Amino acid sequence: MSKELIRLVNCQMAFDDEIVLNDINLYFNDKEFLTLLGPSGCGKTTTLRIIGGFIKPTSGDVLFDGERINDVPPHKRKVNTVFQKYALFPHLDVYENVAFGLRIAKLSEEEIDERVTEMLEIVSLKGFENRKVSQLSGGQQQRVAIARALVNRPKVLLLDEPLGALDLRLRKDMQNELKRIQQAMGITFIYVTHDQEEALSMSDTVVVMDKGRIQQIGTPEDIYNEPKNAFVADFIGESNILDGVMLDDCLVKFFGRKFKCVDKGFEKNEPVDVVIRPEDIDIVKADDGHLCGTVTSVTFKGVHYDTIVDFKGFKWLIQTTDYHEVGEYIGIRLEPEDIHIMHKSEYSGMFGDYSSYSAEYDEMDDPDLYPEDEEGEEASEGAEDEE
Amino acid sequence: MKRFNKVFTIVVLIFLYVPMIVLAVGSFNSGMDIAVFKEFTFDNYKELFNDSVLLPLLLNSVIVALLSSFIATVLGTAASLGIHSMGSRMRKFTMGITNIPMTNPEIVTGVSLALLFAFVGTMLKVNNILGFATLLIAHITFNLPYVILSVMPKLQQMDPNLEEAAMDLGCTPVQAFFKVVIHEIFPGIISGALMAFTMSLDDFVISYFVYGPKFVTLPVEIYNYTKKPLQPKIYALFTLLFVTILLVMVLMNLLQARDEKQVRDNRRALRRKQVGA
Repeated sequence: MSKELIRLVNCQMAFDDEIVLNDINLYFNDKEFLTLLGPSGCGKTTTLRIIGGFIKPTSGDVLFDGERINDVPPHKRKVNTVFQKYALFPHLDVYENVAFGLRIAKLSEEEIDERVTEMLEIVSLKGFENRKVSQLSGGQQQRVAIARALVNRPKVLLLDEPLGALDLRLRKDMQNELKRIQQAMGITFIYVTHDQEEALSMSDTVVVMDKGRIQQIGTPEDIYNEPKNAFVADFIGESNILDGVMLDDCLVKFFGRKFKCVDKGFEKNEPVDVVIRPEDIDIVKADDGHLCGTVTSVTFKGVHYDTIVDFKGFKWLIQTTDYHEVGEYIGIRLEPEDIHIMHKSEYSGMFGDYSSYSAEYDEMDDPDLYPEDEEGEEASEGAEDEE
Repeated sequence: MKRFNKVFTIVVLIFLYVPMIVLAVGSFNSGMDIAVFKEFTFDNYKELFNDSVLLPLLLNSVIVALLSSFIATVLGTAASLGIHSMGSRMRKFTMGITNIPMTNPEIVTGVSLALLFAFVGTMLKVNNILGFATLLIAHITFNLPYVILSVMPKLQQMDPNLEEAAMDLGCTPVQAFFKVVIHEIFPGIISGALMAFTMSLDDFVISYFVYGPKFVTLPVEIYNYTKKPLQPKIYALFTLLFVTILLVMVLMNLLQARDEKQVRDNRRALRRKQVGA
């Protein structure tokens, strides 16, 4: 593991008595791609702004290379930011936008030219030097913003939902591009997004946040396969979440049946949340099933069918490539590794029941539904208030 | 109804501009009587430009207008930055109290400034404190709110991330202002300065209370002229003054229109992009 670069210690942030960040403890390793993931208002942008130096935490410390930097202003931090709405300078052309930081640093004209040209090549914007930024498309503006930040060779690049305003295709391309740039330049990326797919596919480490608290930190695989609570299980992918009781190590009871599982370390007879991913469930004939239920709805999703099955009034989402008609009585089989056990939390009972299922998933990852990151707005308002 | 509107508009315009037209025509009249147009002539203008009293006073007016509008623009822009960075409640309050002097009757402002200067003069034991300095201070005072009023909206329209981006790229807050923010709010600064200039150039009421005998501005002197029969060269002067201010106002409106068009175009381009994407 590479060395630690930034650490947040007991960071708390409050705007007018409203606590937006609560007891954040987090460290960032050198050359790591870390994503802060969470819904609007979860505090992810605030966390980023604290690292960037635009706001000071109400309490707690920010450490950079072991040094406390709470009071270091943004222009003295070895960190650069890619803003959500790019924040390119409209009065400058593409070249001058990218050269901005280097000119402030008073580098020689030759070095500026060399680095700007190199950077524009990296982000595939060669030939756009003299364009006005208002003449660029969203994706191009995005790349200028990235070039403008990276040309300063920061130790850490902060990205605040940088792909939020782009359409799906472009977003996928830019995701790969960003990952490539991060690996090529070997610097730390701290990435903020509400798009779980983006987070899983790009990151080395994902930090899931909600209500100003860190819910889980882990690799994308950990987060997906071993969610810590019902919020994480629901926010990352789709999950059926059921009430269960842990009878013994590797033995859980739900729906009046005992199942073998692979989770240990719970207390005997501890009430737990049981997570079953929709794609892990095998549909079999009713007679062979561990549980039996009736199909109530089927939606074609391309790769698979979203099949909703009613088990004694509790509806499950099952994703399968086999088609089963509405009304069909089917059975399902669960292998021990299909079952994931979580401790009860404040989120228990809030997620994971597909009784009110509609063909749309929780469109948390649809940027159009959240055109503004309200939390970000609040954060800047609050910062103003504070000064 | 439509026809009535048209006719009404024309009537209003006539009422507004007829006095100016009479004045302008009078300035080209060779006779002394405003009611009789004798002959077209430039004599009044010639006389004006040879006048050894009026011209220096015009220069005085221009000096005060330039200086006061410049200082008010600098101070007003700085004040706007301060007000902008306040919390929203404080900001509204401060904007409220900066706007009041604009609606305050000028004569009240004039008298209160005169009283203030008299008070300060007594305190400092200076006789005849009224003069260039007091006039300039008074002009800066009444110009300030106009500058703030035209700079503030520009600051509020600006993407707050721009300033942060500048600082993120290594600018100190001062550098961020001069390298980024000022470009964004420049149209507001210019229109504030132009407005301040015109307000100052033709101010009579406030100036009348705070001027000293050693430094008289044109509007104040002209007021003294009106007690005597008016000379036609004054008509010429008024015409020139009117045209100058008209030009400044037109320029200001053009600047504003261009600015709005740019904002509109940018927004349209952005929307096209979003639809396209």
